[in-house]
Amino acid sequence: MTHSSSPRTPNFGAIPGLAERATPEFSLALFRRMALTRAFETRARQAQADQDVRTLIYLCLGEEAISAGISMHAEGAWVLGQHRGHGTYLSFGGNMERLIDELLGMPSGCSSGMGGSPPIHDMEKGIVGHSGLIGDQVPVAVGMAMAGEARKVVTFFGDGAAEEDYVLASLGTAASRKLPILFVCEDNDLSVLTPTRDRRGWDLAQVARGFGLEAVDIADDPWLVAHWAETLMVRLPALINVRTCRDVWHVGIGSDGAPEWNRFDLVREKLAALGLGEQAARIEAEARDLVEAKWQERLRIRSAS
Amino acid sequence: MARTVADTIRELTRAHIADNNGVVMGQCLSAVGWVQNTVPAQAEGMVELPMTDVAGAGFAVGMALTGRRPIFVLRFQSFLWLNASPLVNYAAKSKSMFGYGCPVFVRAIAAEGSGTGPVHSHSFHSIFMHAPELPVAAPMTPGEYESVWDHFITHDDPVLVSEHRASYKTERELPDIIREDAVLTVFAMGSARFTALQAVERLAAQGIACNLIHLVWLKPFAPSPQALAALRACGRGLVVDATYQTCGAARSIAYDLMEASGIMVHAIGLEDRSPGAYPHLENPTPSPERIIAKVAEMVT
Repeated sequence: MTHSSSPRTPNFGAIPGLAERATPEFSLALFRRMALTRAFETRARQAQADQDVRTLIYLCLGEEAISAGISMHAEGAWVLGQHRGHGTYLSFGGNMERLIDELLGMPSGCSSGMGGSPPIHDMEKGIVGHSGLIGDQVPVAVGMAMAGEARKVVTFFGDGAAEEDYVLASLGTAASRKLPILFVCEDNDLSVLTPTRDRRGWDLAQVARGFGLEAVDIADDPWLVAHWAETLMVRLPALINVRTCRDVWHVGIGSDGAPEWNRFDLVREKLAALGLGEQAARIEAEARDLVEAKWQERLRIRSAS
Repeated sequence: MARTVADTIRELTRAHIADNNGVVMGQCLSAVGWVQNTVPAQAEGMVELPMTDVAGAGFAVGMALTGRRPIFVLRFQSFLWLNASPLVNYAAKSKSMFGYGCPVFVRAIAAEGSGTGPVHSHSFHSIFMHAPELPVAAPMTPGEYESVWDHFITHDDPVLVSEHRASYKTERELPDIIREDAVLTVFAMGSARFTALQAVERLAAQGIACNLIHLVWLKPFAPSPQALAALRACGRGLVVDATYQTCGAARSIAYDLMEASGIMVHAIGLEDRSPGAYPHLENPTPSPERIIAKVAEMVT
């Protein structure tokens, strides 16, 4: 993989040889998290098509690599995801049954069926709930980092949320106070359907550096994301802006055509090139089977109740 | 020496920091006067926030989630407009959405007069009573403040505390006044309790006996059986508040009282206009004269 200087390309910010230097165990563990999210979101999309899920749904298909990569080096941290957060929840070990139940509006859902897709949380895993308001998790995350605990904080938000005044104020405050927090912007270049170029003329990583944060701007190659997570989690506060592609609409299950790049396919190809193709295929199949079994079980329980 | 409301707040805060690993968050805490002498003059337990209204309330929410029960200080209630969202959308909904509370003690301080002008004058507790799952209180005496604090420290809800600078030097408690010969019951909230007390005393001197019921918890609002009995016995009610009358706390509580008692209850609050910085342009807490005029209109 060679470095690209254009931000909206799959090799933006690439560091050659990262995947090749990773152990097979690491690469497969990374892919297992991506595959679980992929399988879950694909099944959730079907569940809404089937009208089993009748609430608003915010899918992260196409963006799986970011939470998978960050989670490889953020164990034990408080995690505050964004409204498009199923991948964050699953990558950090959130309980899948309670997520399905939440999407199905069941009282056993992680938010008692109150919130549907955005406010998922699992306090046992340190995954803190999101209110559903764009970006409001970012100042909350900074407040948690202010508490003086040894525990680090990771928060995810989108490129639209990055424009919220309270998110910018949060970056400045974290930098001023040198708080133990990693900001991760999942930059799909879209606020609903409005591209970044129509919304602002500034660059988040540059603004973060202006505040005094260490910041990088990269594409969503999972080995690259994991590399920067490992590097920056010991140099907090910091920000990673990750260029990625949202495969489906902001809300719902529709699509406007092929994404600019298909990260999941690129990772499959890389694993095959590393001689891990068979293991990867098995991981994908296992993830699909697990997810399908869980959905069938929860749908049976809902039908019976 | 008798303790004032300001002394009470400061000493509760000092103990919270020392004993509970508590924390105070706000802007300009250490400025001259340490927030009218209501926070201890110390660095320990004090988080000086940058001028990040909106985000500031979010920081307090995050701090609350870690268990440090922040006291979030807003030196003027006007700052509530910017800071409302994290309080209403996260802190208040946290328990029903996530199953865990978000105990932030919001000290919203009202001021009026002295040139505070169109933006920084007044109380705004009405707008927070409108939001679900956010308890709202307006303690005006040392004992009431301790009682509201006790509630906060023994529950995991946030509390919006509508304070008023006019109360800070108060040392005495304000017991209800209930008279057998009353022709009207006044229910008063916030800084209007001080003007209502003066009005009721002057009306009594004029031979018009009125009950006076002091309201501390505005939401949830639960009138006591004694208050309802007093209202029913005299047959007339008037609620007086220091927030805007239109869609305000006084009208909302008057409606609750009417439903509970079957008695007609009127309401007065601030006039529907922005206050100016000079005395002739102010829009003050209903004055004793205004309350007396309203009572006279109702009993004649």
